[in-house]
Amino acid sequence: MALLEIQDISISFGGVHALRNVSFTVEKGQLAAVIGPNGAGKTSLLNCISGFYKPTQGKVLFQGEDITPLPPFKVAQKGVARTFQNVELFSNMNVIDNLLLGRHNYFKGGYVRNALLGYRSKDESRERRRVEEIIDFLEMEQWRKHLVSDLPYGIQKRVELGRALAQEPSLLLLDEPMAGMNLEETEDIARFILDVHQELGTTIVMIEHDMAVVMDISQHIGVLDFGEKIADGPPEKIQNDPEVQKAYLGENYEAIRRGEAR
Amino acid sequence: MAVTRFCVRSYEQDSRIFPSTSAKLGLLLLAIALIALPWVAGKYIIFIASVAAVSVIGALGLNVLTGYAGLISLGHAAFLGVGAYTAAILSTQYQLPFLITLPAAGVFAALLGAVVGIPTLRLKGMYLLVTTLAFQFIVEHIVYHWEDVTAGDRGINLPDPDLFGFTLDKYMGYYYVVVALAVIAAILMKNLAMSRTGRALVAVRDRDIAAEMIGVHVAKYKIIAFIISSFTAGIAGALYAYLLGLISPDHFTLNQSILYVAMIIVGGMGTVMGAIIGAIFMVLLPEFISAISGPISSAYPLFAPRIGGISVTIYGLILIFFLLFEPKGLVGIWLRIKRYWLTWPYTY
Repeated sequence: MALLEIQDISISFGGVHALRNVSFTVEKGQLAAVIGPNGAGKTSLLNCISGFYKPTQGKVLFQGEDITPLPPFKVAQKGVARTFQNVELFSNMNVIDNLLLGRHNYFKGGYVRNALLGYRSKDESRERRRVEEIIDFLEMEQWRKHLVSDLPYGIQKRVELGRALAQEPSLLLLDEPMAGMNLEETEDIARFILDVHQELGTTIVMIEHDMAVVMDISQHIGVLDFGEKIADGPPEKIQNDPEVQKAYLGENYEAIRRGEAR
Repeated sequence: MAVTRFCVRSYEQDSRIFPSTSAKLGLLLLAIALIALPWVAGKYIIFIASVAAVSVIGALGLNVLTGYAGLISLGHAAFLGVGAYTAAILSTQYQLPFLITLPAAGVFAALLGAVVGIPTLRLKGMYLLVTTLAFQFIVEHIVYHWEDVTAGDRGINLPDPDLFGFTLDKYMGYYYVVVALAVIAAILMKNLAMSRTGRALVAVRDRDIAAEMIGVHVAKYKIIAFIISSFTAGIAGALYAYLLGLISPDHFTLNQSILYVAMIIVGGMGTVMGAIIGAIFMVLLPEFISAISGPISSAYPLFAPRIGGISVTIYGLILIFFLLFEPKGLVGIWLRIKRYWLTWPYTY
């Protein structure tokens, strides 16, 4: 049984078909990528998985269970974590508090215990320890008490990855983890993604525009264009797929290459 | 800015509220001052101190809703009124003791709070403001016109509060009760803020969509914020009713709601300290104005008839000043001073 099975989903906004009959399967332990030109429906696909959008047709199966009708917080509780294209951190809090929010559902105490004990509860120190492990893992020690809004963009992206990891997800969705980063930051994040995949064994679905990275690290790639899936397979196959080349480079790609077109 | 602390040995120690000895010393002095007050001060000062303590409780309640959860409310005085009238009716018509009417006032206000909270699941900002405003007017209207129960604008006379059969002296025992409850409320609120619940509320305020996506039940936390806030307001209202001894609809009008919003803005929204300082500041401000208005009106007799209008104007000016120049409130100013002296005489 695949960990994530997207079965024939469609969603449209007004007259725009953001997704049309898209199916995609991710096996447990895979590092998969979804690519496609701007506006192809990649983020819509992620939003459908995490329950933020409700597809008009089709189903999303996670660990064999239909999660399509669940609200986003329940999908998260099932073990799906994600990062966002534009960083969506809680900017008035420091790094520790942001990661502790990722641990939200691992706390056991109720409101009364919270009010009586506050930071002294066993929950707090246990979860703080877990958060420190993640801070170590992502090498963010020096920023742990900094307000997130004071951190540079590249580090914010890393904090967001940390918050998603704090949820201990079995499926991690990354929406353009390298967008807007310089070469060094891109390499850092790529290394962390590989670490997460190999050391923690987390299944990852990533949307990314940086083709070099995608071809380098992912094992399985799905390609979207105008809301439809046009190809699906390992990186080598995708690179040589004529449909994909057409979507990215235009109709006349072959002709241009042969020097025939104007 | 990260403040470096040496020799922190555990996570509990690292997240302490009052890390330094000087802060603890300051707290001790404050406690001594609060305990000594009724023995050294006159009745009026004790009364004002009690009003300030009640306002601190009320402001702490609004701070949970508006400061932490970001749900703005103009109906806070209505919740205080619900608490006050619950206590008044239970103690006069059913002769119930203070120990029962006080929690009952909180619980009844909290129930109404949960109901008022339901529209917040769909409404934000200006629309929510109008909803809470409607609640304010509905409560005012009911209190005025349901004369069989609330006695309309004649008001209700409350008996003196009693504890375990002993009647509490307004200027001694009751003062201690009110101040102790304010201190307890502050501690509970601070704990809540530094726990999972507080973080979730702030997450809902700052980015509700991201909060939902990381597994926070946003709808539940919005209702929780309303329940905590209105419970606290109900308690504050009941305490206020016993303190005054006579309550009428005039004590819980829209003006009072605005005053509570002003308290948390002036003090510094989203902080326990801000709610405390703001409440005390806004209670002492009219006292200060009336203290200086005597000399002013005798020095400038032409000015005298208008002196009453001045206090409202000064409220407005202070509110505008804080919104424009010091959005973090008095707490923001205090933190800046502290940071300056931390490294004195060096600049950083």
